[in-house]
Amino acid sequence: MDKATIIVHSGDMDKLYSALIIANGALSMGMEASLYFTFWGLERLVKGKLEKGALSAMNMLGLGKWMVKRRMKATNVASLEKLLQDLKELGGKIIACEMTMEIMGIKREDLREDLIDEYGAVGSYIQEARDSSITLFI
Amino acid sequence: MAEIKVDVSGETCPVPLVETRKALRKAETGDVVEVTGTHPASKKEIPMAVKALGLELIDVEEQDGVWMLRIRK
Repeated sequence: MDKATIIVHSGDMDKLYSALIIANGALSMGMEASLYFTFWGLERLVKGKLEKGALSAMNMLGLGKWMVKRRMKATNVASLEKLLQDLKELGGKIIACEMTMEIMGIKREDLREDLIDEYGAVGSYIQEARDSSITLFI
Repeated sequence: MAEIKVDVSGETCPVPLVETRKALRKAETGDVVEVTGTHPASKKEIPMAVKALGLELIDVEEQDGVWMLRIRK
């Protein structure tokens, strides 16, 4: 079966949306999807931090985020939490980077363990990516 | 054989596609899933997903910006 493997490196809200929308799209169209959360991306899987990322590299001291979130609500964009729940329901796999956990002093119990399927390192990513027709670094 | 209705009117990318897939996963072989929505791109993208999944698109209707797709699992 076709697979999409995405490295989620950024913790910025806009990039997290891109990663989750692409992964959900792949699952919806009959592919498998694996997301490898590392660095600032993994930080968003710490309990209570999902929505705490900056809007983007163009954050403008938080004002941009406030405006864009308001527009997103008006446009009825799904929340990051819904996209993660959908991803899990459709069989998407989430891998947490163990090196990031060591560097940032994050323990398993600090993370959203309900979402994470595996804890791994570069070898886990390569094993997923070598069978994937779509690989992205976001 | 059941007929399952999914209403994604007013929802935007990727919700119509995702909700369609969720309903199709839960459906039994032979069931018909009827999806109603307003997101323009989904009207052409859901049929692409149906084809990729090897399922049958029974018909597509549209009236005043509201489309309805029927899919047989």
